[in-house]
Amino acid sequence: MSLANDRIRKLLTIVTEGAIESALVRDLDRLGAHGYTITEARGKGRRGVRNAGWDASSNIRIEVVCNDDTAAAIAAHLQAQYYDNYAMILWASEVEVLRPEKF
Amino acid sequence: MNPIDPIILFFLLGLIAGLARAELRLPAAIYDFVSILLLLAIGLKGGIELAKQPFGDLLPQILAVLAMGFALPLVAYPVLRHLGRFQRADAASIAAHYGSVSVGTYAVAVAYFGTREIFFEAHMPLLLVVLEVPAILVGIVLARGMSRETRWGAVMHEVFLGKGIVLLLGGLLIGWIAGPEGVVSIKPLFFDLFKGILAIFLLEMGLITAAQIGSLRQYGLFLLSFGMLMPVGSALIGALLGWALGLSMGGTAVLATLAASASYIAVPAAMRVSVPEANPTLSLTASLGITFPFNVLIGVPLYHAMAERVHAFLGA
Repeated sequence: MSLANDRIRKLLTIVTEGAIESALVRDLDRLGAHGYTITEARGKGRRGVRNAGWDASSNIRIEVVCNDDTAAAIAAHLQAQYYDNYAMILWASEVEVLRPEKF
Repeated sequence: MNPIDPIILFFLLGLIAGLARAELRLPAAIYDFVSILLLLAIGLKGGIELAKQPFGDLLPQILAVLAMGFALPLVAYPVLRHLGRFQRADAASIAAHYGSVSVGTYAVAVAYFGTREIFFEAHMPLLLVVLEVPAILVGIVLARGMSRETRWGAVMHEVFLGKGIVLLLGGLLIGWIAGPEGVVSIKPLFFDLFKGILAIFLLEMGLITAAQIGSLRQYGLFLLSFGMLMPVGSALIGALLGWALGLSMGGTAVLATLAASASYIAVPAAMRVSVPEANPTLSLTASLGITFPFNVLIGVPLYHAMAERVHAFLGA
């Protein structure tokens, strides 16, 4: 299934504080992500309820589809830079894309 | 004796509904819209006033208030560090919140003195803008020292291009350029509806405050007393400064309110980016869970009385 393998990419999903959106976006561009999607999010985690009721409790969910190396670089950078002090979780999954040249 | 202002009742409604966990949640877009209207309205009001008087006359006041903005967090920091035994970053961040200002509290004071027909200088929004910034810079330096790691470019971007400053300054400039006659056409939205907009804002603030009260139990007595005593101390500094600058009694009371108020929009955002190791729950519990309701319910009338005393004792 070489054809399908060509089309496998990593989907990184990051859920974190809205406060650091602009810093994160800069990091993603620098680390080689070709694109990303950001949505507003709500939820609860170790750092309490983040209900997006107003600025300081706003949460975002960032999705990035990229190759393995970029995904690893982004994950390592985020862990080093943000995990200690910010509400942030990250997971990676494999996805099949239709236009591999885009990612 | 004045009957209780309806806007205060809206705040209490939000507070009670929040504490009772009522199914009430204003969409974030509404909160954004309402706070944008308030910021612009306050800026416009100040701008119109600037159009009437030469800017140079206000310069001594601006500089004095700027100095107060640098001084207040320096007063708060040792108290938090030594009496409260907070870590350096937390003490610095809370100090920055208390040195800066809350536009919501200012709006409540405007409504309070407006209802009572007490005169205060109309260029107060300019002083509001001036007070917003210095505490943030002091807070970062207190937490970090003059460290090279601080990305001052990013900090300045956060501080000067935050929503609050852009809209307040933008409103000031628009009011200043357009002048009193020019803004007549937009008056119905920004000025006539001011108290209605403020009522909705305070309803949401009540809900947000109620959400903070849960974490209050965790942090206990020191934060509770700090959240009520610090504003009273700051208000006294503000009242004395207002008197020394020759402000009217109403103006003195408004400046005292500005000094007493603690930021919950601009400073949390700036601190989150610049001093990430500071725990945001601590400072927000204090400024939003304690000081904001204290100022709205008790503080403003108290600072009014304080300004009256200062003017009576020290003479006009």
